[in-house]
Amino acid sequence: MKGNEVIAEAAIRCGCDGYFGYPITPQSEIMETLMAREPWKETGMVVLQAESEIAAINMVYGAAACGKKAMTSSSSPGLSLKQEGLTYLAGAELPCLVVDVARGGPGLGTIQPAQSDYFQATRGGGHGDYHLLVLAPASVQEMNDFVALGFELAFKYRNPVMILADGVIGQMMEKVRLDDRVPRWSDEDIERISGEWALTGKKNERARHVVTSLELDSYKQEEFNHKLQAKYRRMETEDVRHEELSCDDADYIFVAYGSSARVCQKSVQLCREQGIKAGLFRPITLYPYPRLPLQALARRVKGFLAVEMSAGQMVDDVRLAVNATAPVEHFGRYGGVIPTPDEIVEALKKQIIKA
Amino acid sequence: MSVELKEIIKEENIVYRKTPALTGNVMHYCPGCSHGVVHKLIAEVVEEMGVRDKTIGVSPVGCSVLAYNYIDIDWTEAAHGRAPAVATGISRLHPGKFVFTYQGDGDLASIGTAEVMHACNRGENIVIIFVNNAIYGMTGGQMAPTTLVGQVTSTTPRGRDVKLNGFPMKITELLARLDGTGFVTRQAVHTPPAIRKAKNAIRKAFENTKKDKGTSFIEIVGTCSSGWKMTPVEANRWMVEKMFPEYPLGDIKDI
Amino acid sequence: MAKFKGAVVVDTEKCKGCNLCVVACPTGVLSLAREVNGKGYHYSEMTGPGECIGCANCGMVCPDAVITVYRKNVQN
Repeated sequence: MKGNEVIAEAAIRCGCDGYFGYPITPQSEIMETLMAREPWKETGMVVLQAESEIAAINMVYGAAACGKKAMTSSSSPGLSLKQEGLTYLAGAELPCLVVDVARGGPGLGTIQPAQSDYFQATRGGGHGDYHLLVLAPASVQEMNDFVALGFELAFKYRNPVMILADGVIGQMMEKVRLDDRVPRWSDEDIERISGEWALTGKKNERARHVVTSLELDSYKQEEFNHKLQAKYRRMETEDVRHEELSCDDADYIFVAYGSSARVCQKSVQLCREQGIKAGLFRPITLYPYPRLPLQALARRVKGFLAVEMSAGQMVDDVRLAVNATAPVEHFGRYGGVIPTPDEIVEALKKQIIKA
Repeated sequence: MSVELKEIIKEENIVYRKTPALTGNVMHYCPGCSHGVVHKLIAEVVEEMGVRDKTIGVSPVGCSVLAYNYIDIDWTEAAHGRAPAVATGISRLHPGKFVFTYQGDGDLASIGTAEVMHACNRGENIVIIFVNNAIYGMTGGQMAPTTLVGQVTSTTPRGRDVKLNGFPMKITELLARLDGTGFVTRQAVHTPPAIRKAKNAIRKAFENTKKDKGTSFIEIVGTCSSGWKMTPVEANRWMVEKMFPEYPLGDIKDI
Repeated sequence: MAKFKGAVVVDTEKCKGCNLCVVACPTGVLSLAREVNGKGYHYSEMTGPGECIGCANCGMVCPDAVITVYRKNVQN
């Protein structure tokens, strides 16, 4: 199945209550698949084409405020439009899932794949001190797996979760093992899981629930920000994910996520054939970033090459983690161009090994 | 014949009092603000219909951002202009609930034009309460899309000039043209008879939700005495003289 | 014939003195006090029970919902 189609299928199977979207290449198959599948007949899941990305994310906000599993998907220019909604969701502590099948920018850019939304995804993206929890799939299987995982983490932290994919993963076809079907949550489930805050209608025995990100008292707003920061620290200790390939004996490490990591797998192989001990470090959560394991590697390797389909965004996090313990360089192709395994090996030789 | 006051002031003689669906929090609105009356009418309707546990409100950005402090139901606050999209999300996933948005003229007729148009065009089963006082209140009296021609605001200090600022936006008439709206009306709350009519309209809108008769849209022409720099009584008079000719009261659509 | 007497009780601490009830009263029994409440507003008050007919117009127009109206049939 295609990566985008898998997102749709996984949403239905994990008991998602509502999808709200707006067409944009290269991710339109997500909504098209849902509309063709008609999950409202099967599970009651609502699928709605909104008038804009702005409306779609705000429909997600409304659905999420009711304690429902709600999601949207888009691609880079659309994500820019969703930033307002995302900061409100983070500020109101609402769980939801957002999929970005990224393309090249800036502006209208290109419809070809890119990884230049990294800053927007991991730094918050909208105004205020907040973060999304960001998952970066590198295979169609992970497109499937991260939907259920994304909802789980969103509700664990009451925070929006983003799947940051790109046009390669979205359009790629691979074999995939789909999850078993999980029923949508009943009213009782929602009461049990989110009963303290969800909008379910004010009963006599409880105070009214108010979902808002507004606090006019500066001291209370600061206190709320402390709470958010504590949540992000908790993410850093409990939900950092990464994967290492051939790093145990490696002298040089490629650091790459998503489709760049797929290309780097081949680069590792090419290096090994040439007698260069290379490994691959793949962050799976981009926020929180796997800083500590990267730091541990930095103490014994000769250098890192951050490989991205961008002009150099994730490399900042690599440098922050490595903290000048070892050389860190960046190699990127961007504007919709995908790097080849060979040019990555050449870049390693030229930028790290020779230096 | 004289009757002692204490003979009259007894529980059994009460003919009007604050509905229990209002929280009793002192409203932050300026003296005489129409928002208070509109809040009260919504609360009374919800209470009288016995649907407090089934009603979810969506408050806007603007003066009524804090509406959730006053009506004792579940609420969410929405980003500026986005309330109809938020209400769509709620209503689609809570089909049995009474979902309403409460929006001002800046929120609904300026920054939120797209959201309200499309929610109405889809015929979302929600109630939209639109309070039009022809000015931005919260931010300090700037021009709204509904500001009258020649009206002085802090961003039209020499009066609204159509060449520069365009014309007063009659969004209610526009929305009535959409096939998704079932009930579209314009009301006011400046006199007891007007208040009774406005309350009936709100009641009808909520009843329509039960019948899934499309989007119900109620504009309330209101005052902003602070923004207009008048006393509340003068503001009511100005509204009748200047606003009503531009925004005539009455039902625009009822199917 | 029934004759009604009314009375109005204003929650004076919550009243903002907007004067809308005073204007709405058909028998002129309401006026703004010379004194101010804790917030500095000249609150509304009933100056006498004599003419109040308990029509509730004042309560209806009050934006702050601080008025309770009573009405008693005093003749039958």
